[in-house]
Amino acid sequence: MPILEHPAYPPATLLCLESLVPCRESQVSMLLSIFGERQQLSFPSIFIYGHTSSGKTYVMKTLLNTLQLPHVFVNCVECFTSRLLLEEILIQLQNGSSETKQASPVPCDTFNDFVRLFKQALVSQNLQDQTVYVVLDRAEQLREMEANVLPAFLRLQELTDRNVTVILLSEIVWEMFRPNTGCFEPFILYFPDYSIGHLQKILSQNHPPEYSADFYSAYINILLGVFYMVCRDLKELQHLAALNFSKYCEPVVRREAKERDTRKLWKNIEPHLKKAMQTVYLREISSSQWERLQCEEEPGQIKGLSAHAHVELPYYSKFLLIAAYLASYNPVRTDKRFFLKHHGKIKKTNFMKKHEKTSNHLLGPKPFPLDRLLAILYSIVDNRVAPTANIFSQITSLVTLQLLSVVGNNDQLDGPRYKCTVSLDFIRAIARTVNFDIIKYLYDFL
Amino acid sequence: MFIYLYVFIYKKIFLLQLSPLFSSQQRMFCLDNLICACVYFLADYFREGNSDLEDSELRFATCQSLQKQVKSETEQIEEELNEQLFDNLVSFLRRSHSAFQEKTTEWTWRTKSREIPTAALVLGVNVTDHDFTFRSLSEVLQNNVTPYIALLEAKDCPGIKNLMQKLLGQLMNCCIDVGSSEEEDYEQVSHTRVRCSMTSLINWYESATKRTDSETPGKKRTSSRHWQSPPVVVIFKDMESFTTKVLQDFVVISSQHIGEFPLVLIFGIATSPMIIHSLLPHSVSSLLCIELFQSLSCKDHLSTIIDKVLLTTQFPLKLSEKVLQVLINIFLYHDFSVQNFIKGFQLCIVEHFHSNPLSILCCQLEEAKRRVNSLSHNQCENVRRLPSFRRYVESQVSEKQIALLTADSSLKEAVRKLLEDLNVYHENYFPILRCLHVFTSSLPKYPLGKQIRELHCACLENRVWETEEYESSLQLARMLNKSDLVTMLQKCVEILVSSPGREFDEIVERLKEFLTQFQKLEETYQERDESVSPQKELQKKTNLYNLQKTLLELKESRRSKKLTKFEMLRFEVVDYIDSLVRRYLVPADHKTLHEIVYFNTASVLREHLNAAPRIALHTALNNPYSYLKSEALKSDGGSISNKAPDICIAYKLHLECGRLINLVDWLEAFSTVVTAAEGPTADVASSDQVDDVIHARFIRAVSELELLGFIKPSKQKTDHVARLTWGGC
Repeated sequence: MPILEHPAYPPATLLCLESLVPCRESQVSMLLSIFGERQQLSFPSIFIYGHTSSGKTYVMKTLLNTLQLPHVFVNCVECFTSRLLLEEILIQLQNGSSETKQASPVPCDTFNDFVRLFKQALVSQNLQDQTVYVVLDRAEQLREMEANVLPAFLRLQELTDRNVTVILLSEIVWEMFRPNTGCFEPFILYFPDYSIGHLQKILSQNHPPEYSADFYSAYINILLGVFYMVCRDLKELQHLAALNFSKYCEPVVRREAKERDTRKLWKNIEPHLKKAMQTVYLREISSSQWERLQCEEEPGQIKGLSAHAHVELPYYSKFLLIAAYLASYNPVRTDKRFFLKHHGKIKKTNFMKKHEKTSNHLLGPKPFPLDRLLAILYSIVDNRVAPTANIFSQITSLVTLQLLSVVGNNDQLDGPRYKCTVSLDFIRAIARTVNFDIIKYLYDFL
Repeated sequence: MFIYLYVFIYKKIFLLQLSPLFSSQQRMFCLDNLICACVYFLADYFREGNSDLEDSELRFATCQSLQKQVKSETEQIEEELNEQLFDNLVSFLRRSHSAFQEKTTEWTWRTKSREIPTAALVLGVNVTDHDFTFRSLSEVLQNNVTPYIALLEAKDCPGIKNLMQKLLGQLMNCCIDVGSSEEEDYEQVSHTRVRCSMTSLINWYESATKRTDSETPGKKRTSSRHWQSPPVVVIFKDMESFTTKVLQDFVVISSQHIGEFPLVLIFGIATSPMIIHSLLPHSVSSLLCIELFQSLSCKDHLSTIIDKVLLTTQFPLKLSEKVLQVLINIFLYHDFSVQNFIKGFQLCIVEHFHSNPLSILCCQLEEAKRRVNSLSHNQCENVRRLPSFRRYVESQVSEKQIALLTADSSLKEAVRKLLEDLNVYHENYFPILRCLHVFTSSLPKYPLGKQIRELHCACLENRVWETEEYESSLQLARMLNKSDLVTMLQKCVEILVSSPGREFDEIVERLKEFLTQFQKLEETYQERDESVSPQKELQKKTNLYNLQKTLLELKESRRSKKLTKFEMLRFEVVDYIDSLVRRYLVPADHKTLHEIVYFNTASVLREHLNAAPRIALHTALNNPYSYLKSEALKSDGGSISNKAPDICIAYKLHLECGRLINLVDWLEAFSTVVTAAEGPTADVASSDQVDDVIHARFIRAVSELELLGFIKPSKQKTDHVARLTWGGC
């Protein structure tokens, strides 16, 4: 019993469409009823949102392509200026039906031009009597363009006085879009996340020709058992399924197990998948390296990216970084206690002000002036440090390495202020290499 | 002339350094300028008149040829060092798009999402060296892999638009190289109008590859050099400095089109590959297929450079211990930059040839001998003035002394011989140093240093065999086990055989003899092994008392036992090494005429390379006598002289103030100091009203101080300025 029914389209096409969009039948039928027949006017703008890989782009593409509706499909990330976006739409419209390529696109700087050229294009392509769909993928980028772009797209039908529907696809909700000057409210459609059952169904659909559907579906079941907790991204799961399938088949290929031997296969693949979760999934090692690892009989160790966390720095750079860290995380008043010889005994409790009770490490680094950094540096380095040009240039080098960051105005004559951006673990590792006990100098750990 | 140059350079550093901070790249640029300017001024200086006195032209020519030699040599070394890394990268590129070329239709290939192959190139924090690495990398890729390379820098790409513009510009230009001249015009015209989008990039790629394909008969060379569909390589030189948004957008955009053209990214990373994860969220980094490549650490890099450039006889100029220490300290303490080290060495060359008239003899031995013949009388006098030569003269018999001091010909004869001696000394010095390093580098705790450069410095400093460290390392060497000792001896033999020294045959012979003796020992040991050792008796059943007794006996016997044959031999070996050290590793400044080939004014070098602008400025303003040398300014410490320039007075007064300075008080104090000397007669008129001239002078001084970055106007209080500098010098 077909779910999709519409008088305007032949049932065979609808059946084909239905097989292509599993688990999205209700949304598609909703869209179909909004679209209506080819020549009927549709809703001016439709806003579709849903989480990553909930099939928004895919469904729209398949729908428009299968029903052969005239449409333009644009990714807004790719067209990073409004001009690029508008021109891209026009180019696609002109190349839509006729294959002849236009030599050079007409420059289109403003929305006014766009409306004019859009009308021309519709006439030249003989599209006046049917609805033209303009799909803007990743529409959240529109917010960063000129203020008029988004509202204008929303009422394109009205502006051009033509039969056109704009469909916006986004991962965020409409409330985040609404400009404060108000605009035409689009029709809003939500694509819910795929449930585990959906995922199972979709993933099993695309099984390799060499193996039976049941065998593959059992594999997908195991895969979801491991990964569903951390990842519901369909694309990612598909990728992982393809990566690890050869390992799953190994016992079958070696004739150690039959296709039905689910338990044996599970025992073989489960630890492998767990390892994949810690490495490939986090992109610690790349998928091609993972594949090569699988091919090798004796799996050699490839160190992940985070194994190379150690950074080698010049001697004074290390101390500069330590000084910056101390300056960032210690209150200014405590400097006297840490760096003066005869500071006397000051207990932490009567030393603290109320708002300082929370750990500075929870609050994050605070900015400090250059002079404080240098003063701390001079007191933590054992031998005398001359304030040479090299010391100063090292500070800037640390900034370019993103270990420090400049705060506030960039007028450097005005006593620059910095923040230390490294983590406690990192600074402890650095301090250990120069035999400096940094914990003793941190106010939080007193 | 030189003074102008230095003033110019220093001024530049001052202005940029006092408050704004230089990055290391900018410093590098300055250093470059300094060396270029020095060479330029040197040429000028030599051309001016005084050339006949001290063979300036010849010196300049020698200096330049040496510079060139050093440059080409170091570049070659660096290329060799990078070879491994580049090979790995090229094979990565080959692998990454093999599937793209084959267009496989396999199931896994279809289902797997297409990731962008990405090489994370970890290059270390020495950012100044990266430029060279990237330049040679793109050269290698251009020659072997693909003509389509784009090098992007963060400072050119504040937004995705600029990035695309830069990318398209670079890629489309590089395609011109392949095309003929007519196409060039066409390309130039279209380039300005081209849309900065991925689609135009893909169109361009298709047309470019198609064109080269169709051109294959005519241009066999290009097609064979590059691959079938050459990948487009985009190199991000400094990954850390790119903004997150730009990178993310670029990755997302290009991942949409990865199926249409083969793109490979290379991220140049200075810190650690973790930066990728902190810059890119998981949704973006999952579009990448990241493989890690690590370059050689910069310390190893430096060791190789020192080993191949400084510890050879190849270059006539040598560095003294202090100078080398300055260069190494700058490297280890400040920048980790190998390029800067080489620049420093080049500066030494320039300085040496400029400051030392006898540096004309600082060239290859044959050439130097020839040059000795044509030494002028003046130059001969210069030789006689050298301290090491005087020492040499004093050690001669009196007739010889007179001859050396009066007759130029006999002096020249002696110099020729001494130069030859010096050369022989160097030829022997380096191999023996390496042999000693073989020994010391395997001792626990490295009393003489782990690196050969430390050993070299120790040997240059003074007689190494008189130091405590040497004594303790000999002690330790006497405790080495046999297998270590044998491998070390073998290494030494290898070093000595491969070195060109003339006197080594005998030493090699001796070392080989030691080796055969060790061999023999081994055989005798095996024979003796059968006899029952006392330890075996212990394994019998005994009670506690008996055990104690036997152990005591054992200890006793061991103490009184004579040295075994092996131990004797070991002593002999160590003593022999010791004798070699005493013979060959004499410090260079004990050698006559060492001044000619050793550059040893470390203070000059330190001034240039590790300048302290704030100190210099403070000295200038606080104690103007040190620069102006005017007798009137000679002051006795604390008091402020009114003869000093106005800015100095204002500066000294402002040192006594707090963070905010009241301008009225400051003016008051200023006028008091200035009028102090005019005596009681003057202050009658200006008791409460400050003279207009003094007022103007004060304003000028204050604005000069502001220009130099000591103070700035403050909005916190009216009539106040804020101090910007504190202590620090």
